[in-house]
Amino acid sequence: MRAVETRGLTKDYLVGSLLQRKKRALDALDLEVDEGEIFGLIGPNGAGKTTTLKLLMGLVFPSGGEARILGRPLDDPEMKQQIGYLPEHPYFYDYLTGRELLTYFGQLFGLSREERRQRCRELLEKVGMTEAADVPLRKYSKGMTQRLGIAQALVNRPRLVFLDEPMSGLDPIGRREMSLLVRELRESGVTVFFCSHILSDVEQLCDRVAILNRGKLVESGRLSEIVDVSLRSLEVVVEGLTPELESRIAGSFQHSRRQGPRCHISFGDSADFERTLPFLVESGVRLVSVTPVKETLEDHFVREVKAGGRE
Amino acid sequence: MNAVAGTRPSDAGSRVEGAPVLRKIGYVALNTYRETVRDKVLYNLVLFALLMIGSSYVLGAISVYQEIKVIKDLGLASISIFGMVIAIFIGIGLVSKEIDKRTLYGILPKPISRSQFLLGKYFGLCLTLLVNVMVMTVGLYVLLFLMKEPFAPALLKAIFLVYLELALLVAVAILFSTFTSSILSGLFAGFVYAAGYLSSDLKNLESVVESAFLPQVTRVLYYLLPNFKNFDVKAAVVAGDPVPWSQLGWATAYAAIYIALLLVGSCWIFQKRNLK
Repeated sequence: MRAVETRGLTKDYLVGSLLQRKKRALDALDLEVDEGEIFGLIGPNGAGKTTTLKLLMGLVFPSGGEARILGRPLDDPEMKQQIGYLPEHPYFYDYLTGRELLTYFGQLFGLSREERRQRCRELLEKVGMTEAADVPLRKYSKGMTQRLGIAQALVNRPRLVFLDEPMSGLDPIGRREMSLLVRELRESGVTVFFCSHILSDVEQLCDRVAILNRGKLVESGRLSEIVDVSLRSLEVVVEGLTPELESRIAGSFQHSRRQGPRCHISFGDSADFERTLPFLVESGVRLVSVTPVKETLEDHFVREVKAGGRE
Repeated sequence: MNAVAGTRPSDAGSRVEGAPVLRKIGYVALNTYRETVRDKVLYNLVLFALLMIGSSYVLGAISVYQEIKVIKDLGLASISIFGMVIAIFIGIGLVSKEIDKRTLYGILPKPISRSQFLLGKYFGLCLTLLVNVMVMTVGLYVLLFLMKEPFAPALLKAIFLVYLELALLVAVAILFSTFTSSILSGLFAGFVYAAGYLSSDLKNLESVVESAFLPQVTRVLYYLLPNFKNFDVKAAVVAGDPVPWSQLGWATAYAAIYIALLLVGSCWIFQKRNLK
């Protein structure tokens, strides 16, 4: 059984006030997410990521196609009992305190009084909100609301959790804690469906990704299948490289750049670097660092989106 | 198993069950009640209503031999008017505010249907109105007690019908709230309330105008709009005229059927609504 499965999922919105016309926000999306994996849905603004999540959460209804979560239709209460959702820019009842909000949501999931009390304590501690537990939400900062949003998405111990831009509004410490939490979820068998435009986070966390652009699925698969992991170049930093020495190795590197006493040299492949290194060392050049340069998800994403834009 | 995911119901092999339907509606209703009682506007309105009831003492004092009648008249009118203001102004925002502020995004993915949510909101505001009407009723009876007036249970009949009227008005406000903005909902609900008091006049219109088209429109409106006059026995109660229990029974059945139809319509619209 797939955690999430969509077939030809399509959504048209009516735009314009007087003369309304259809605008396709999502175009025949086919997606499969396996249980236990961290799946990343990425795309530029307006690509259809949030529309996909709104469709899956039953907030808007599809114009075509179908979707199932945990093998069940989208309005199945038993399915909803097993999922968690963090909306983008979450906004909760500001007249409640953090503890009251978690308690209320716990009630809707049918947790007993003791379970609710225990779960509130665990989650507030987990997201670092114990001290603000009894403060009304209207006094929360954006980051605090985001943390509480994550806690409420986990209140029912979900099998599958949907996170829409979970790093939004978090400081660097919060982002690191969020990364750890997502990994912790996967280790405990929870499937994570992750929507983000912060590609370094997606690259770091996700097992598989799908790229959306202009409502269409551009590509989907394992990161290693999508991104070219072969070595592109070696970025070498040295000190003490005179212009004479540089001219003697000129044929073996792609380009160089001087920065104070240091010189950054880019080698096209490791063989060129291995041939040149003994000569540099014998000439008294000091090696500072060697960095292999590979294609990142961001490089790939920019290339794919730009290619899509030209079509 | 760690603290984040914990032991899930499915891990234990048990059937995944949530709260029973009625209990879910109850939780939403209690949360709606909490929302309204934490709203400062409500306290201002109730305080103002109590002041109105209190001020009837002054007006009564300058109405020779009519003190008690003036106090009862003004007291019942205050309960009705301020209840109506609360019903419309809070009722119109019950759903549209949740959509505008996107608080529904946190609720609807939970195991609760849109209809359950809507019914919870309705009963929550009815609970708020019940408490407010009770507070104002106590205020009125305290004033009458201070005037050494014997306990008048007949007033409770009028107040009960005021409450039914308010419950019906909340259902009207919720219906509009499911498909339009707060401002338009308020205007529409206000129109229905005013037209509901004039509905018997609408029926009589056909005997005084010669147009062929207008009476047909007014007849449709007469049958479509709730007749709020069915709930108005305030003048009769104050005058000491008897209000039979059968009238209360009919008014209750009328309100129940109308409220049920309005809520079914509201749920039907809300079920189909795409959220922004």
